[in-house]
Amino acid sequence: MAKKKLILYALILVFTFIAPFAFPAYGTQLATLWLMIIVAITWDMTGGQMGYNSLGNIFFYGTGMYVAALISIGQVYDVGEYTSAAGGGIYEFTDAQYFSGLFLGVIGAGIFCSITAVLIGYITFGLRGPYFAIGTLAVAIAAGELVSNWEWVGGGQGIALPVYPGDFDVGKIFFYFLFASVGVSVFIFVKWLYGTRFGAAINAIRDDEEKAEAMGIHTLRYKLITWAMAAFFVGMAGGISGFQLIHFEPLETAYQTINLGIFMVVCVLLGGKGTLWGPVVGAILFHLFKEVTWTYFLGWQWVALGALIVVTVVYFQDGLMGWLMHKRPHWFGIRVEESK
Amino acid sequence: MTAIIEIQGVCKAYGGVVANKEVSMEIKSGGITGLIGPNGSGKTTLFNSVVGYHPIDAGSIKFEGKEISKLQVQDIARLGLLRTFQQTRIYGLMNGVENMLISLPHRKMNLWDALKPNSKEDYEKADRLLEFVGLYEKRLLKSGDLSFGQQKLLEFAMALMNEPTCLLLDEPTAGINPTLINGLIDRLKRANAEFGITLFIIEHNMRVIMNMADTIYCMAHGEMLAQGTPDEIQNDQRVIDAYLGAH
Repeated sequence: MAKKKLILYALILVFTFIAPFAFPAYGTQLATLWLMIIVAITWDMTGGQMGYNSLGNIFFYGTGMYVAALISIGQVYDVGEYTSAAGGGIYEFTDAQYFSGLFLGVIGAGIFCSITAVLIGYITFGLRGPYFAIGTLAVAIAAGELVSNWEWVGGGQGIALPVYPGDFDVGKIFFYFLFASVGVSVFIFVKWLYGTRFGAAINAIRDDEEKAEAMGIHTLRYKLITWAMAAFFVGMAGGISGFQLIHFEPLETAYQTINLGIFMVVCVLLGGKGTLWGPVVGAILFHLFKEVTWTYFLGWQWVALGALIVVTVVYFQDGLMGWLMHKRPHWFGIRVEESK
Repeated sequence: MTAIIEIQGVCKAYGGVVANKEVSMEIKSGGITGLIGPNGSGKTTLFNSVVGYHPIDAGSIKFEGKEISKLQVQDIARLGLLRTFQQTRIYGLMNGVENMLISLPHRKMNLWDALKPNSKEDYEKADRLLEFVGLYEKRLLKSGDLSFGQQKLLEFAMALMNEPTCLLLDEPTAGINPTLINGLIDRLKRANAEFGITLFIIEHNMRVIMNMADTIYCMAHGEMLAQGTPDEIQNDQRVIDAYLGAH
């Protein structure tokens, strides 16, 4: 069994490595798929494993994008001057400046988002159930509006970042591997985390928070740490996205509440909340569905997406992995009492 | 024996309904103390006040000499004062062993310990306590599928897993098959004697409480009516009147 699993993981890793070379025309698509996987897994950390359905995780994506951009610009130029010229080709970056800015920016974005998660969580974790969802959604929307009125960071025009210095096609593969490495790291990270006492404690918070409190679990502390961990990875993904997109603006790209902000939730619902593989499988299915409808049913794509959400929420609440768990419990090591 | 919990003049009213009026009592360290009284006499309200579920209107509650009446539920639980619920609360989607492992005393862990997987000793301890309450055979079943009585036993085992200094039990035998009750009395006594856990028990079943407790308090209409050994309480005219409705 363990050997089979190892082979499976090895195969997935090999596929991850050869995918952008095997399907060169889909390089950007595959990078976006990894982005979906990252935001889905991190959404599931609070939504699926801890029972706190956040609609505001997109806040960390947008904030990560801005923080990474500001760090990389700020290490070379004055940010206010740079943004007022809107990039405009006036400012040049050397290769070394580009890569050190990218590296420091992405790491900095992760750390900054972790800290903001603790600060925001301190207020919003007082809310339960749907109130938490609405509260966090409000944070994301408000952040988008605030940033779009902040001239120093480019206001509603957003920020234009330098273009990848090398060959265009190599750049695509470069960003694919950046996303893939964060994606693989986050998967390994949560696989380890869910096996610890900490993982069990956040499950306890999901199933009965009052009981968890009565058993002396440090509920607030654990909730903040979980969200900070999720925010770290989302922030990094946002930072990479900023460099991949080259130009981004606050409302439609960075704090895109109605696009990626909802997609990540749909991915998890489709794949199965609170399971290790659910978010991954869900992200792949959702991305396929989205690309097919966006390509072949243009004009009807939002209708198709809405229909998918309705069907999932009404008829398929446990998602694919939840459904499998119900049908084939022994695959997951769950024992059911034989009916006599 | 010294008092582990001291309750002094506690008052609690819900709107116009006075649930607790000037209630005072002492729980002796290492003993088994019972609390009885007719329905609606304010026993569960007193329990909830002790573990911090609601603020009290007046009075003082001390645990190991420390004032706890202003503390929150988690803070009190982290001092080692634990309660079980009248309506059992377990994690129904998980199996028995997982329920036990979640109940490890997090108050004794720092974050570094919490980020470790469960050790072999944790699993052994979980198995041992499940064996102790007689649920070892059922340990891998989804605990939501267990019978109500078995869930109560599981909740009791979870409480023991948490290594409390004092355990408050709200009607531990309610809803349990009468043939299992003797076993439960025995286990409660053993938990008290072997693990040294002070027990404070609300109970309606007179046979159970008279067999177990060394001190019994009786409440009626929100007030403390009588206290004494099981013999004294059984022969106290005021207690008999309260139960027969002479008040």
